[in-house]
Amino acid sequence: MGAISQFLHAIPVDLLIIQTVNGIVTGMILALVASGLTLIFGIMDVVNFAHGELFMLGAYMGVIAFAATGNFWLALVLAALIIGLFGAALQIVTLRPLIGRDPLNTILATFGISLVLQNYALWQFGPVARKISEPISAEFTLFYLQYPWYRIVIALLSAAIIGCLWLFLKFNKFGVWIRATTQDRVMAQAMGIPVPLVYTGVFALGAAMAAASGVLFAPFGGVDYSMGLQWVLEAFIVVVVGGMGNLGGSIVAAIFISLLEAYAAVWLDPSQAVIASFVVLILTLLFRPTGLFATPK
Amino acid sequence: MTATPIDKTMPLANARLSHTTVFWIGFCAVMALLIAAPLLLPQFWSGFLTECLIWGLLAMSSDLLIGYTGMVSFGHSAFFGLGMYGAAGALILVSPPNLWLAIVFGLAGAAGAALCVAYFSTRLRDIYFAITTLIFAQIFYVIIFTWTAVTGGENGLIFDRPHFTIPFLVNVSFNSKTMHWFVLAVVAGSYLFLRRVTRSPFGMVLQSIRENEARTRAIGYPVERYKIVSVMLSGLFAGLAGVLYAVQKEFAAPDFVYFITSGDTVIYNVIGGIGTLAGPIVGAGFFQLLRQLMSEWFGDQFPYLIPLGIIFIAIIIFLPQGLLGFARRWLNR
Repeated sequence: MGAISQFLHAIPVDLLIIQTVNGIVTGMILALVASGLTLIFGIMDVVNFAHGELFMLGAYMGVIAFAATGNFWLALVLAALIIGLFGAALQIVTLRPLIGRDPLNTILATFGISLVLQNYALWQFGPVARKISEPISAEFTLFYLQYPWYRIVIALLSAAIIGCLWLFLKFNKFGVWIRATTQDRVMAQAMGIPVPLVYTGVFALGAAMAAASGVLFAPFGGVDYSMGLQWVLEAFIVVVVGGMGNLGGSIVAAIFISLLEAYAAVWLDPSQAVIASFVVLILTLLFRPTGLFATPK
Repeated sequence: MTATPIDKTMPLANARLSHTTVFWIGFCAVMALLIAAPLLLPQFWSGFLTECLIWGLLAMSSDLLIGYTGMVSFGHSAFFGLGMYGAAGALILVSPPNLWLAIVFGLAGAAGAALCVAYFSTRLRDIYFAITTLIFAQIFYVIIFTWTAVTGGENGLIFDRPHFTIPFLVNVSFNSKTMHWFVLAVVAGSYLFLRRVTRSPFGMVLQSIRENEARTRAIGYPVERYKIVSVMLSGLFAGLAGVLYAVQKEFAAPDFVYFITSGDTVIYNVIGGIGTLAGPIVGAGFFQLLRQLMSEWFGDQFPYLIPLGIIFIAIIIFLPQGLLGFARRWLNR
């Protein structure tokens, strides 16, 4: 009994609760990134390696727009719009010619895009991380910490954006087109749905969501050119664990993975905590290769 | 995707030479040029060529997976890096440093990593394979980067270059020329070996996995086993490239285990032409040459990966056979 109570006392409950809140907040941002990724995969069978770079460029756009307008929320909208348009252009120039070819080619092409964008950001903005101040500076007390309200707002806002996406897919005409194309591309085309336009639109939508999450994340992480790889890796893990192309699954998986990493960070070095999510991914791939929440497509 | 088996009896358009003869003539000519290179080129460019050959070996090893088995590996930095650290371990722990021991240690390290990656990731296909290899490489990177006591962490390891020894016969220290010839011999030997492998029945099975995995399985080949062997083989040669790099540069650094090395390897393949073995070497040379020239013309800070990335995307869209495939087709016309 002594050993057990000693063990229970050794668990830092307050730290765990703080990490739970942290995990849910990052989880919601991750869910926003991953839902863009999974949307693109579900429609086009394109695994977008450049998604992290769109996230990163979105964050930079947010920093620039914030400096120009002085309003964070305006910057958020502007960055999402600009990167959305940019994503559409990118899809038309690089991915459209590859439709119908070996999927290997699209993997390689998006990898090339991510390379170019990342190095462009390094060249244009330099290696030093940019900072942006939080739009809401109020804080509340969580144990011994002054916890910023902004993080809670982010989590709610991400949830709202994902909710809007769901409503859009469910009820909007364009959303119905998207779902129809996911189910059966050829049939959708036969019914008069402009499939190439749907492809471009979905890529733009995914890019805009990545940009929005980049801007939301910018105030507490800092923005630098190399943040893309880390986010795209995590988003990949989430998308695979949640089931490729499964929106609900990736949201649950995003929160699960983020919580896991947050708890692992209590005992491990943050760079080693990443391994925890890698292990989850490998286990998932071995035992449920279609994802934990897969629905047969 | 142009690795069609060449009909050896088919004559060329205006010569009576068979493809095999043409191949050996071309091979000998390129070898002669590469052997003569350190005598003709200035010191810097000769060293540069040696480095290109090593990258070429790495690219060639990855071509076995991308071009022949049809699996894109984003984890070759792990094999390369473990080859490098394995060699470093042998050179630091054993005195006097022994070249062959370094190779054995390096290959053992790479084989260990390859076994781990092969066991888990060959059950998966396409993008899932690519992601798992990438994740494994990141795991090895994190381990090497944070395990400072053994790997030297961020600073890496520094050691002396071993002598070239053949027991009881030769014991000479390497200079830049002999180093070049040694690397050239290893790369050429690996090329011939891999060429033989890809034309063997085993290689044919790998190509049939690429073309149609379900059918290959239906015929009765144990696809998973073939995939595991191909990943292992590929990892071994990538490890060999890592050993050569460590011996040439006399250091091992975690940067080489990072994702960027894997990405570069994929770029070499695509630029040169996947499924050709020689193509990736050409691609590596082309990539490194452009990079070197751009940093000379525009300064060290020039982001050479922007133009190279654009060339890379353009090649995927317009020249899916890569530079070598394109040149071959153009010559045959």
